Amino acid sequence: MRVLVAMSGGVDSSVAAALLVAGGHEVTGATLKLWGGPSDSGCCSVADVDDARRVAQQLGIAHHVFNLSEEFGRDVVAPYVAAHRAGMTPNPCIECNRTIKFDRLLARSRRLGFDRLATGHHAQVAAPGGRWQLRRGADRSKDQSYVLSMLGQDALGGVCFPVGHLQKSAVRTEAARLGLRTAAKPDSQDVCFIHGREGRAGFLAERLVLHPGTVVDEESGHPIGSVDAVELVTVGQRRGVAAAGERRYAVRVDVGSRTVTVASGARARVDEAVLAPASVTWVDGALADGSPCWAQVSAHGRPARCTVQVGPRRAVRCRFDEPQRPVAPGQTLAFYHAADPDAVAGAGVITGSRPAR
Amino acid sequence: MGDAPGWSVRAVDPPGIGTGPPLTYLDHAASAPLRPEVAEAMAPFSGPVFGHPSGSHRQARAARGALEEAREQVALAMGCAPADVVFTSGGTEADNLAVFGVLAASAQDRPGRPTVVVSSAVEHSAVLAPCRAAVARLPGVEHREVAVDGRGVLRLDRLADALDDDVALVTVMLANNEVGAVQPLADVVAVTAARAPGAAVHTDAVQAAPWVDLSAEAAGAALVSISAHKLGGPKGSGALVVREGTPLLPLMMGGGQERERRAGTHDVAGAVGLAAALTAAAAERDGERVRVAALRDRLADGLLAAVPALVEPADRKDVLPSHCHLCFSGVDREELVLLLDEAGVCVSAGAACASGALEPSHVMAAMGVDAADARGAIRFSLGHTSTPADVERALAVVPEAVARLRG
Repeated sequence: MRVLVAMSGGVDSSVAAALLVAGGHEVTGATLKLWGGPSDSGCCSVADVDDARRVAQQLGIAHHVFNLSEEFGRDVVAPYVAAHRAGMTPNPCIECNRTIKFDRLLARSRRLGFDRLATGHHAQVAAPGGRWQLRRGADRSKDQSYVLSMLGQDALGGVCFPVGHLQKSAVRTEAARLGLRTAAKPDSQDVCFIHGREGRAGFLAERLVLHPGTVVDEESGHPIGSVDAVELVTVGQRRGVAAAGERRYAVRVDVGSRTVTVASGARARVDEAVLAPASVTWVDGALADGSPCWAQVSAHGRPARCTVQVGPRRAVRCRFDEPQRPVAPGQTLAFYHAADPDAVAGAGVITGSRPAR
Repeated sequence: MGDAPGWSVRAVDPPGIGTGPPLTYLDHAASAPLRPEVAEAMAPFSGPVFGHPSGSHRQARAARGALEEAREQVALAMGCAPADVVFTSGGTEADNLAVFGVLAASAQDRPGRPTVVVSSAVEHSAVLAPCRAAVARLPGVEHREVAVDGRGVLRLDRLADALDDDVALVTVMLANNEVGAVQPLADVVAVTAARAPGAAVHTDAVQAAPWVDLSAEAAGAALVSISAHKLGGPKGSGALVVREGTPLLPLMMGGGQERERRAGTHDVAGAVGLAAALTAAAAERDGERVRVAALRDRLADGLLAAVPALVEPADRKDVLPSHCHLCFSGVDREELVLLLDEAGVCVSAGAACASGALEPSHVMAAMGVDAADARGAIRFSLGHTSTPADVERALAVVPEAVARLRG
């Protein structure tokens, strides 16, 4: 096969490329330039491009740099800022996968005549019954099926994840055996376009007006504290919103009234999450209304048993079997099949939730 | 003791371009293949002649002698005195030294008064970046950019408007690196002399050097930058001509080499390579101009005939013989470069940033080229190794690749 491998300059995509080469495929490497000026750092830094380029040279494959920074700014960073402005908690990695890697880059790889686009994600693609499945990576602690949960049949038929069946330790061992400089690079952390020094708050402060706000107790309706920036509070968070001595969770963020509503653990629980209809995707067709499922609401969150409720016009709700900690609007909820909990069924972005009664 | 790094160097030996289709090299404006006579001239300095040219024994004298011989050859080709030649690490350093060196000297000479640098809007980043850095770092420095017309040629009326007594430096390239448009340097010199008589004129002649007799065409410029590897010389070698009387402060300070204008142990091999490349290019220039321009015209006309919706922004009569710059509307240049690379055809798609990613072209923007066309801009550039077979190969490959990408 002719394969284009997206090489971030990390160890996983380095080994993904190496495995494809060893498998006899015709491989070309590409690194995406997504963000940053001359002194950029993070996942698309100059040093990472240099690492990817060197690994490609050692593997004897061509390497190209694709500049998708304009698209990334428009389709990932701007919505990320806008979501925070609205008091939501976006997941930019998912939006990047949705709009950049498995949309524009995949389309480009097809135009260029590649049979597959490969990445270093820890996830697996299988087609046991002639239909594509997206499955968890073999290394459960590194599983990235959640951030890929928006992929459907068309995309899954065009991608491959060569390290998805490996443990991370095996990936590093292979990189070291091949003498690749990426063998001992630390795993990437958090959001690639936000640098450690400025942090999320510093990044957002340059791009939107952050408002101090009041923390209000849901039960009493009384103000019990304050926060520096309403826009930086995530529903479900405990730190910074607790009253003295008592454990409280943020359950609502209202930027308009500059209010963060908090509740005690028991009162904060939710039993239903509502998904934005336009965001809902299915790996292989919509599940039937009432199907039992597993729901996962963060990259390494613990799946919870639930029932999916499918209404007209893609209206989808997730009814949890047991009350859950608060879920943040903007986060993605990924469904996994009840009978096959390693296989993604679909996903959507949470717009709201219902308190457990 | 630090931790073990977890990896070790596994060399790729020998370094090579790998296997694939036969090479069709159409990127001479990025770097021209090393001329055999240049390699031969440089060989002794990778072996028997290794002395420090600033020393005083026979090894040092041998090196110094070769360096000064190279300086004379460069001076003859550039039409300046040997003492005017400052060897540098390449075109970028020459440009930086010219811009920062003159502005720093001028700012020092006139405290409290503005120091203005005027450049064209289509200068190489090796000129624009130091202009901007000078504004940020030196007191009183101001930068004015002068527009070009739709063909990429400097607007002399706009230049005249930008000139006054505060101008210390006017920097206009002899030919643009992306589109190859030759700039009216003699007119720039004349307008500057009339409107800003105290200003020095610098020209970045890096692209033009293989094709133009600099001893005549750059005679009016106080400062001229050249780079060896564009001429078929080695990378990492260049020179700045600094004519007598031009105020200049050094960027590199240390041992006082190059008459205190550029300290650092001389790269003797590089200087010898630059001189040999300049000499070789000059010897064959008249014939090569005609031969390469004919090849370029065959390529450009062939592509214009074979590929629909193809835009040629520059006017070929203003362009160096080497450059063929075309905008493939509706095609992404990154994709076209990749497909051509797979077919063995090496071309360039504009300036890259530190990561190697292509950046939107300030030259296309200054020329008013439609942004959608600029996305498909490709530079084919020919040179001393180009053959009719290269052109025919490109004509066979490019239209098919464009058709595939347009779907």
